[in-house]
Amino acid sequence: MAGQDDILLRVEDLKVHFSQKKQHLFSQASHVHAVDGVNFTVPRGKTFGLVGESGSGKTTTALAVMRLVHITDGQVFLGDIDIGGLEGEDLRRQRRHMQIIFQDPYSSLNPRVRAGDIVREPLDQMEVGEVASRDERVGELFRLVGLRPEQQALFPHQFSGGQRQRVGIARALASQPDLIVCDEPVSALDVAIQAQILNLLRALQDEFGLTYLFISHDLGVVQYMCDEIAVMYLGQIVEHADRISLFTEPLHPYTWALLSAVPSADPAIRDRSDRIRLRGDPPSPIDPPPGCRFASRCPFAESRCSGETPALRTIRDGHAVACHLVGDDGVPPQRQI
Amino acid sequence: MTDQVEPSAPAAPKLEPDFVPEVEKPWLQTWRMFAKNRAALFGLVLLSVIVGMAVLGPTLYPADPYDIVWAPQSPPGTEGFILGTDYLGRDLLAGIIYGSRATLIVGAAAALITIVIGILVGALAGYYRGWVEELLMRITEFFQVLPPLLLAMVLVLLFSPTLVTISIAIGVVSWTATARLARAEFLRIRELEYVKGARSIGARNSRIIWLVILPNAAPPLIVSAAFAVGIAILFEAGLSFLELNDPNIMSWGYMIGSNRPYVLESWWAVTFPGIAIFLTVLAVSLIGDGLNDALNPRLRQR
Amino acid sequence: MNTPSPILSVADLAVEFDMRDGVARVIDDLSFDLMPGETLGIVGESGCGKSMTALSIMRLVPMPPGRIAGGEIRLDGENLVAASDVRIREIRGNEISMIFQEPMTSLNPVYTVGDQIAETVRLHEGLSKRDARDRAIEMLRAVAIPAPEARVEEYPHQLSGGMRQRVMIAMALTCRPRVLIADEPTTALDVTVQAQIFDLLRDLKEQTQTAIILITHDMGVIAEMAQRVVVMYAGRKVEDAPVDELLLNPKHPYSQGLIACVPHLQAVPTVERPPLMEIPGVVPSVSELGRGGCPFAPRCAQAMDRCRQQMPPPSTVAPGHQVACWLIDETRAA
Repeated sequence: MAGQDDILLRVEDLKVHFSQKKQHLFSQASHVHAVDGVNFTVPRGKTFGLVGESGSGKTTTALAVMRLVHITDGQVFLGDIDIGGLEGEDLRRQRRHMQIIFQDPYSSLNPRVRAGDIVREPLDQMEVGEVASRDERVGELFRLVGLRPEQQALFPHQFSGGQRQRVGIARALASQPDLIVCDEPVSALDVAIQAQILNLLRALQDEFGLTYLFISHDLGVVQYMCDEIAVMYLGQIVEHADRISLFTEPLHPYTWALLSAVPSADPAIRDRSDRIRLRGDPPSPIDPPPGCRFASRCPFAESRCSGETPALRTIRDGHAVACHLVGDDGVPPQRQI
Repeated sequence: MTDQVEPSAPAAPKLEPDFVPEVEKPWLQTWRMFAKNRAALFGLVLLSVIVGMAVLGPTLYPADPYDIVWAPQSPPGTEGFILGTDYLGRDLLAGIIYGSRATLIVGAAAALITIVIGILVGALAGYYRGWVEELLMRITEFFQVLPPLLLAMVLVLLFSPTLVTISIAIGVVSWTATARLARAEFLRIRELEYVKGARSIGARNSRIIWLVILPNAAPPLIVSAAFAVGIAILFEAGLSFLELNDPNIMSWGYMIGSNRPYVLESWWAVTFPGIAIFLTVLAVSLIGDGLNDALNPRLRQR
Repeated sequence: MNTPSPILSVADLAVEFDMRDGVARVIDDLSFDLMPGETLGIVGESGCGKSMTALSIMRLVPMPPGRIAGGEIRLDGENLVAASDVRIREIRGNEISMIFQEPMTSLNPVYTVGDQIAETVRLHEGLSKRDARDRAIEMLRAVAIPAPEARVEEYPHQLSGGMRQRVMIAMALTCRPRVLIADEPTTALDVTVQAQIFDLLRDLKEQTQTAIILITHDMGVIAEMAQRVVVMYAGRKVEDAPVDELLLNPKHPYSQGLIACVPHLQAVPTVERPPLMEIPGVVPSVSELGRGGCPFAPRCAQAMDRCRQQMPPPSTVAPGHQVACWLIDETRAA
């Protein structure tokens, strides 16, 4: 694994809880445990993937790293600075080192602002570079993401979905950040456009040594894009591994179920006899039960699963899993039958 | 037919071959939509005529509306008094011309106050949520349950009735609807990703509220402002009818109110100011409707 | 070889929309057959006309501005394009039914799910209230909703997204339709729930022999669910083939692109990750349709002069495999 000094982002015991409005006067206030004790580190220049279904907390984790939601507890270090603890002007100054690309290219650009000004805005707001050089920089950013500098004068609605996402990427690149959070950057795009954006993101990473925190529910995209991956379920990381070992030797039953569920054009996956099916929907993250949160849907669950919370333990080099049923030898329950 | 075309990495033609950058400012687009709407254009022309009358009328027809110029209750056309005279023998045409000033000034000022209070309260409540919203919305509800005309009367009576106090009174009783609308818009837009984007580049709250969200919330608020003008004009007429008007400035509502006891002898003295109020409110409403369509992005795409 | 007759046969279908600047042909020259018990996938990007095809079969094309401008849609021989409105209402929900992408908005929030299922049967089969309710419970059980006796009394907002889509399927299947059209039925759902819905559709198809038209943008879904696939681009059919044939041996550059441009989940990922193949540019807008020539030519890396001038006709390259591309002629000539 990467040495300590190569770590760009370190998230320690991150918790984000939302209190829900009381339904009526005498009901107890309930808490949504959107993110509940998450730890991970992202090496510089790598792509770290967070996958999971809706309610898994992957997007909330990303927004917490960006300081766009209130952090209930825990630390987020960008380099040596605990950005989780910054406020006001200090936080504003750190923001130029981390930027975000959003999912929906239709709601992520202000419809009343021209594309050029959208890209220029971070330069002005965060006072990046000389004022005089900013126009030139915007033109350069447009070229970098495959847009023509003349298109700066257009309004967002005059672009296609893929082009809008390019504008969003240009804005994220403007302040030359170290970390870019990609929150489902292609899931709102047409299939044929996704490749354009994914190729662009990889090319930019190579060119500028960017570090991505990549959020997606699409395992194919994650498998292609990410170097390290954490699988989240109901606000917690259940498995964490590098790309090759996660997909070839998934340990957690949930990871396995997720992989089984993906409809695949690859006959090798489709014809696997050991695919498992989950029943029911992911439970709600409001006041989650004790023990393993996956126990209610896990086909292998035993009685201790709903009583004791499994800790994330490292089975082998860089591959960690939070499941009681995975043997210390690294044999997952789905292989023990 | 055996040699299949290799799918991997063909020499891809470059992106967007001939994109024609056609740039039209949003307000120009709005105007084009608005101009297509005949009723709205008619409203605009009508309002221009009324505004023109208020601005130029006194110069072109210099007559004091309070002067007794002829026999009371002379019918329209008598001795060159096109609209006749009222129960005291005052020139009705002069009254209509001078009265348009009070009507328009109060209408515009009261609508402005309505919009300013409404947007301020709605924006802060919708953006900050939490206790700010709770407090502001309770205040809004408090104002909402008071009978507006009664409250306005009390306010005007407490202070002496001048154009300023009347405008403030009307504004104070009618901002609640705008506040609720503004709050709803802010609640919706604050969750959009471009607002998160603005926060992620360190934009301050004030910038996000006024420069990011407000312009995007503007269309329904502009429409509501247009209708607020109409409502304010009706309020002003109502207050003047009850003789809660500025005694030094002629007003259409006052003309109707003061001539009301003699309506059977001189119908014209209440009818013409009534028509004037009707036409003004109609003009403003047509404009509001036109703006509503022109600013609606879904209709604009057609 | 005896060929069974198709349950649904679309021939030379054309759909037009009146636009501000003229008429747009959003579907042109579309032909395909659906065999009994078959699942046919229709795949393409948004705006390729796949949803409009579904609406045409249901005769739900918004009129005006749209109209079915030509062609035939035959359900067991009966031409739906020419059928009366009364007949179409009998067919909808009864012989052909449809499930939509968004389970949140396709159920009426003010009625219980039981009432909504029961309404369909009461309308088409004239069952009594009690019998219709029993049928609703039976259908909820069939789509594997736990405790159907209780669920029948619930309102849509009390159900999860997956449950709602199950209810939609139950509604669509209550009258045992001969054709079920599923328009991106799982796009709004999580992947584990999607897998459940697909299992359910497969099981129900086994039992009822309902033929399914599955509309999707996901080649993986096609591979899992369909036997045959129609690839559409800009309102035209560009390729029509058995699924395995298309996945292994796609002939049209657009089909090749659609398969290659998505990072598919691989059982054993490779260390090397070559750049994905891109389909450059975007789908033509509606007003650009029907300009002559192959609509894909502007985005096609292998386009020739001929492609820009003439629309290629469909040609058969293998049994049951049709492609509309001039390159086929080229390779044949070579």
